[in-house]
Amino acid sequence: MIGYIVQRLFAILAILVVMSLLIFGITQILPGNVAHVIAGQFATPDVVHAIELKLGLDDPVYVQYWRWASGILKGDLGQSLIMERPVGPIIADALGASALLAACSFVFVATIGIALGVVAAVRRNKAIDHAISIFTYVGISVPEFFWGIVLIIVFARYLNWLPPGGRGDTSESLLTRMSYLILPTATLTFTLIAHVSRMTRSSMIETLRTQYVRNARAKGLPERVVILRHALRNALLPTITVLAVDVGWLIGGIVVVETVFSYPGLGRLMIFALERHDLPLIQGSILVITAIYCTANLIADLLYACFNPKIRYGNAVR
Amino acid sequence: MATPSADASASVARAAPRVPVKLWIGGTIVVMLVAVAALAPLIAPYPFDGMSIVNRFKPPSAQHWFGTDEFGRDVLSRTLYGARLSLIIGFGATLISLVIGVPLGLIAGFKRGWIDEWLMRGADVLMSFPPIMLGLLVLAATTPSLTKAVIAVGIVYVPVLIRITRSVTLDLVNEEFIQAARARGERTFYILGAEILPNAWPPIVVEASLRITFAILLGAALSFVGMGAQPPSSDWGLMIAEARPFIDRAPWIALAPGFAMCVTVIAINLLGDGLREAVDPRLQLSRGG
Repeated sequence: MIGYIVQRLFAILAILVVMSLLIFGITQILPGNVAHVIAGQFATPDVVHAIELKLGLDDPVYVQYWRWASGILKGDLGQSLIMERPVGPIIADALGASALLAACSFVFVATIGIALGVVAAVRRNKAIDHAISIFTYVGISVPEFFWGIVLIIVFARYLNWLPPGGRGDTSESLLTRMSYLILPTATLTFTLIAHVSRMTRSSMIETLRTQYVRNARAKGLPERVVILRHALRNALLPTITVLAVDVGWLIGGIVVVETVFSYPGLGRLMIFALERHDLPLIQGSILVITAIYCTANLIADLLYACFNPKIRYGNAVR
Repeated sequence: MATPSADASASVARAAPRVPVKLWIGGTIVVMLVAVAALAPLIAPYPFDGMSIVNRFKPPSAQHWFGTDEFGRDVLSRTLYGARLSLIIGFGATLISLVIGVPLGLIAGFKRGWIDEWLMRGADVLMSFPPIMLGLLVLAATTPSLTKAVIAVGIVYVPVLIRITRSVTLDLVNEEFIQAARARGERTFYILGAEILPNAWPPIVVEASLRITFAILLGAALSFVGMGAQPPSSDWGLMIAEARPFIDRAPWIALAPGFAMCVTVIAINLLGDGLREAVDPRLQLSRGG
């Protein structure tokens, strides 16, 4: 197992290096000269050339890559061209906002997803099971940006209960600031819940058929205890790995949801950077998001290996 | 009225392998969608880009069933035309990933060795990007357009198809009829195309059918964030993005393409699930995404 972890960590390092090359390579062929962007529309060629010299844009590509990559190792992601501030702190701020949104969504996906899965399994093939299955089917089929817009129309426009977007500022009360999180969290939760509830349902159904659950019933334990204490505990193992995979999905969903709700997180920052061709900001934000995604996938794999003694890693052939 | 026919259909259902209900419902809606997409110029009451300054932000009415948008364009017509773009993204991108992914998967599984090793590591790297990020990265390198979005989405799902095809190929390589073909001295190209591929199709088709909705959703998301289809296109993702600033005044502009998109995705999902149940009934429910 330890060998497997070490091997996977090396694999991730290798992937990050390849990825930094890819990100750097693709951003190099982006249309539009960075120096032109900074100098503005009416700059003379001299000014543009001076900026190119200052930024080292006339160095060979490998020198530029090395400067960027070695900077990352020292924690320096460069200087944002548009905001004229270091990229690191900008990304750190956005990451904090995104992490808050992701954490809230994750908690709801886990709790509501597992609860729906358990109810569906216990009431298998009854009306409520079908209702839950339709609910999750719709959830997985509705694009997050449309679901977000519907929520804005209903709760912000007609009912006027919640803010339509943004994050609020520090002068507002904690309760008001929390209200900004409700709609984006609901959107992410709805689109991600299907996996968790489906997985919980199918593994609960399997567990409820096992001998020890029948024994527990035969002992005369109340049904609630049998389901929650005996069956659910064992049925949760596959659900946990699905949850870890969902973290990866959450990161993808966050890019779109933050755009819908004008939420100042990492996803929206990246779109902002892409729209304005702010190279260091594009490179930094994509690198950070991808690194988090890789880590989430690694954790998913490790959890899967931990909870599944049948799966042997390390000597895997395929 | 239905008693005799119901009995008849029940006995038929018992005798022949049952076609899943999902396949019926999904298939019917998809056929209707394809018809709408093909006939859009005939059934749409207005051109998709026909502007009319006096008719801006008109709520749904007899003239404009789904209302008009900020340029006075008919939302119903735009939504009908949008079906074309959505299906082009879904099927086009899936086709691209099939055309690139299946041959590479066949070669990796059949040849093994360093080719396999390199292809799989390459697939690992591509799969280490969140799908939307990979799409954005591909699109960032050029000026965005719908065609490029289709290609980008297609590329995003190539690694998945390489893996599926490879694993099916690995299972088939040891079968006797492949060994026989090898013993006969058949060329690699012949073995891959004529012996392995025809037997590897079912799981690949099922996987591809599931990818279509992912592709539609990803393509729409890319258009929504401004990196896919460009104005005045009537792509549903783009329509929703353009309607975003006006949802206080004119929510109908966003709702029509949104609902159209939900129906499309649900229908294709049902079709894919039905196909999966028909091909392998044991696969029901459990495996997602």
